[in-house]
Amino acid sequence: MLIYAILAVPLAAGTVAAAVPWRPWAGWVAVAANGAVLVLGAILAAGVTRGHPAVAGGGVLRADALSAFMVVVIGVIAVLASSQSVRYLNAEIARGACTARHAALYTALVQAFVTCMLLAVLAASLGVMWVAVEATTIATTFLVGHRRTDGALEASWKYVVLCSAGIALAFLGTALFYFAALHASGHPAGSLDWTALMAASHRLDPGVVRLAMGLIVLGYGTKVGLAPMHSWLPDAHSQAPAPVSALMSGVLLTVAFYALLRFKAIADGTLGPGYPRALLVVAGLASLVVAASLLIAQRDYKRMLAYHSIEHMGLIALGAAAGSQLAIAAVLLHILGHGLAKGVLFLASGEILLAEGTSEISKVPALLSRRPVLGGIFGFGLVALLGLPPFSLFASELNMLRAEVAAGLGWAAAIALVCMAVIFAAVMAHGRHLLLGEAPAQGSRAAIPRAVAVPLVAGLLACAFLGVSAWPLQPLLHAAAQVVAS
Amino acid sequence: MTGSAYTGPLGLAAGVVLACAVATLWRRDLRAVVSVLALQGIALGAVAAVLAVHFRDIGLGVTAALVLAAKGLIIPALLRRIVRRDPGSRETAPLLNVPASLLAAAVLIVLAYLASGKITALAPGTAASLAPLGLATVLIGFFMLATRRKAVSAITGLLLVDNGVALVTFLLTAGLPLLVELGAFLDVLLVVVVLWVLATTMRARLGPFDLDQLRELHD
Repeated sequence: MLIYAILAVPLAAGTVAAAVPWRPWAGWVAVAANGAVLVLGAILAAGVTRGHPAVAGGGVLRADALSAFMVVVIGVIAVLASSQSVRYLNAEIARGACTARHAALYTALVQAFVTCMLLAVLAASLGVMWVAVEATTIATTFLVGHRRTDGALEASWKYVVLCSAGIALAFLGTALFYFAALHASGHPAGSLDWTALMAASHRLDPGVVRLAMGLIVLGYGTKVGLAPMHSWLPDAHSQAPAPVSALMSGVLLTVAFYALLRFKAIADGTLGPGYPRALLVVAGLASLVVAASLLIAQRDYKRMLAYHSIEHMGLIALGAAAGSQLAIAAVLLHILGHGLAKGVLFLASGEILLAEGTSEISKVPALLSRRPVLGGIFGFGLVALLGLPPFSLFASELNMLRAEVAAGLGWAAAIALVCMAVIFAAVMAHGRHLLLGEAPAQGSRAAIPRAVAVPLVAGLLACAFLGVSAWPLQPLLHAAAQVVAS
Repeated sequence: MTGSAYTGPLGLAAGVVLACAVATLWRRDLRAVVSVLALQGIALGAVAAVLAVHFRDIGLGVTAALVLAAKGLIIPALLRRIVRRDPGSRETAPLLNVPASLLAAAVLIVLAYLASGKITALAPGTAASLAPLGLATVLIGFFMLATRRKAVSAITGLLLVDNGVALVTFLLTAGLPLLVELGAFLDVLLVVVVLWVLATTMRARLGPFDLDQLRELHD
């Protein structure tokens, strides 16, 4: 019942938005619906942490602690992002860049996008999960191109071509897992259900699973934005409207990573941890190196945030490679912390773009003195994202590094630390110009409205609170990590 | 149906799928490429149909009918509409010329056979032994994505990847659970529609364009 409601509520809000002529209240209905997802997700999480996984839809839908955790993450970021969508749409309509029909379509697509992500984490079958992840690509393509500039259209073209090609490989990998299950030694398990595949994992053919897992990492890795399949990400995330960037960077990447975690658990059962670990370490380190090298000379603050996402996906790939329960719990906390911080930053960047009219770092100096609230939010967001205390990313990064050392991946952790240091220096330099710098003599100094500031500050406070004490989440993180830890 | 009566048509249809993939590299006239894609879609549908009859599997029969309709008719019709508005549309300057592309295709086919050794070892039999044909189609699709410049060629590459994946899936598993097949089918159809809309919008803004012209975004 709960699971149905989680899927139906956001979809219903999207249907309403599509059905009636655009009015701001339709946007607020969507915010309320996403808030309901968060509340229902928390109830679901409380239920499955204590008891058994919840099943619905004749076994098509299934929620264990890991699914419930992801529902909570999706809910949090969706509330944050959709609360700013109304403002984005009003601004676009006011400057004549967007018609009422496009605004309605935007709201409907965002809700469809959120529903697809929820379906992906609630699907019992890995096949249905694939269908849902691919559907997110379709729902977001027009959202990426929503501003209808040449750059936005180019970004959405690259996005849909690269992600569809990548995700086709993930489908092949999924089919090969099914093939291996059909020919499992002992009795065949002709099913794509994750639980059935987990139960049969030690009886699958290692050769086929090795090939399949390679395809899965390539395929879902494209959607996660892991190097070298990352090239669509900076374009798509920088061209999309800010609320869409917040959702894509904050949760869509990690929903795809959730898919990787599910497959990794099966492959661990068949092959032992060595092979999946090697794949993830290579992809993770490559992502960190790419992010570090391209952040140094970055001139655009939205692209800077996008490359920062590649860095964080690399970090969680390394954390997942370690694979212990401590590591996975830290990975999950990092997913939530990164979602919050990156969501807030993309939304703040949208506000800066709205106020300044450019996304070039060099043309936006001294935000702190000119727009103290907005500059403060952006500054604290960067501090959170760089992994400084008290924000939760500090705790999760520390725990991931500890787990990597414990798993014998100390050398990888060392390389990661070097990359993080380079990124820290690069982002600090960009951030110093953006926030401090030399204030131009004239220029607008308007304050941002409270409806914008309050959700963003709340997001940062939540991220800091989780860093100081993750106690409300501790049992959930523990239970969720147990699901896929090796 | 006896074993030989089933393997003959299956091998023929699977062979046609790969032959069409190679032919898309060979033909530069984009209208001809679209026709080749339609033929490939029909061959893919035939593979599913033969397997459906062999295994008496109604779900797979439904999938076969959908594949025939979508990949044999609907998608080629959409692509023809893009090509028609661009008279004399040819892949003028691929990054690699046609003879070199065909050589590369040969290498990719060999690679596909090498890579599927583990697969054919696990399930000896006609169907699984044809799986390398699908894998080769996937690789040729990626090759096309990497080396061709027209929007229609990019869509073609994507469809080759998808058809190759579908062929491997049919041959190895006689179709995934029907729910998954239906979902995947719908996704592919929607992706092509999305690409069609995007290509039409971009043409309205840029005129007939090469993907090379998309260089607004860079670091």
